Amino acid sequence: MSNLALKEILYKMADDLLVFGHRNSEWTGFGPLLEEDIAFSSMAQDKIGQSQALYQLLHQLGEQEPDTVAFTRNANQFHNCTLVELPNREYDFSLVRHFLFDTADALRWQMLMQSSYTPLAQLAAKVRGELRYHTLHANTWIKQLGSATEESIGRLQQSLNELAPYALGMFERSPYEDQLIADQIYEGEKALEARWQQAIEKTLAQTQLTSPDWKIQTPHLGGRVGEHTEHLQPLLDEMSEVFRIDPGAEW
Amino acid sequence: MLDSGKSIGPLNAELLSWLEEVKDPEIPVLSLVDMGVITQAEVDGSVARVEMTPTFVGCPALEIMKQEVEQVITRHGFTPEVTVSFREPWSSDKMTEKGKAALKKFGLAPPPASAQVFHDLEILESATCPRCNGTNTELKNPFGPTLCRAIYYCHTCHEAFEQFKPV
Ligand SMILES: [Zn+2]
Repeated sequence: MSNLALKEILYKMADDLLVFGHRNSEWTGFGPLLEEDIAFSSMAQDKIGQSQALYQLLHQLGEQEPDTVAFTRNANQFHNCTLVELPNREYDFSLVRHFLFDTADALRWQMLMQSSYTPLAQLAAKVRGELRYHTLHANTWIKQLGSATEESIGRLQQSLNELAPYALGMFERSPYEDQLIADQIYEGEKALEARWQQAIEKTLAQTQLTSPDWKIQTPHLGGRVGEHTEHLQPLLDEMSEVFRIDPGAEW
Repeated sequence: MLDSGKSIGPLNAELLSWLEEVKDPEIPVLSLVDMGVITQAEVDGSVARVEMTPTFVGCPALEIMKQEVEQVITRHGFTPEVTVSFREPWSSDKMTEKGKAALKKFGLAPPPASAQVFHDLEILESATCPRCNGTNTELKNPFGPTLCRAIYYCHTCHEAFEQFKPV
């Protein structure tokens, strides 16, 4: 099997988790409630930890040290989807993004438990337990606020509509799609997207929110091949600044 | 003398007894052995080989615990070879009964069987209070002060408590 295909999926997952973990950590000290502060900080710690484990797998495949890979590349070398790099904005915007991303992420890791690439399947078995808490958190708040007041429902709905094209960008097809499926690394983006839409709709059906019409959306693509919004580079600069000051800093 | 082990053999009892000394820095009553994070412990000549697996992938205490394991082995006159692996992923079910009892005494509710949680997330909605053993409790936050803890409220004691999360 070609390492290029394998590296492609490892990089996009690791970069998603690193960038999103960093965005989550920006809620520290700014959450609407102390417990939300703690929740986003904990999830940030999980996600950054998971990204490090993936960079470690890449290192075993011949890429550079995890810290070097994480903190010394520029935006055009990052493979995260654009959804995760958008600034946090208001809480409802962050919550909807958390719901859209983590639902996909949990399903992706679940698929990877069956991966023919053993190190990834082993990591997936471990990560699955942690992610239960992330999806539980997202679903709980979406259900609660998505059925609360007219204002909360309206704000979530607007965030949902705005984020829908970015969310679809999570499933940007890889040039190695067929190969990854044939080699049973995982079932591929198309299958993942279909499962994700079902899961999202199932939760939204328990609220007063309306699922976006996925068919009429134009997915925001490019993230997987290094084409990002203007928001990624400043975030990377900030991350690597901490790294340059103290390369041994605990994340 | 210690027995010589195989590549992935049974856990060497004497080596394990040394590791009892190393506690989780976040929960000082719990040894690494009780926690169930030691997945391999074997002695091969002068080398003591230990494989550990993290409780949470992003566990910040892992590196400290790894260093302490190396120090304990060195102190007993062996060369440490300590690795971290996901070969046998940790789940809270790996915690020993002794460990669960120690947790409860420490005031932290021990984790329920994780298989049940995967089957039904509602299990997380309540936990048994480590103070009064009451079950009239409520999940306040699935994320506590450390990655492995969740926060509950006991309606009998009218106080909050923490549970070691089932994973
Ligand atoms: Zn009580």
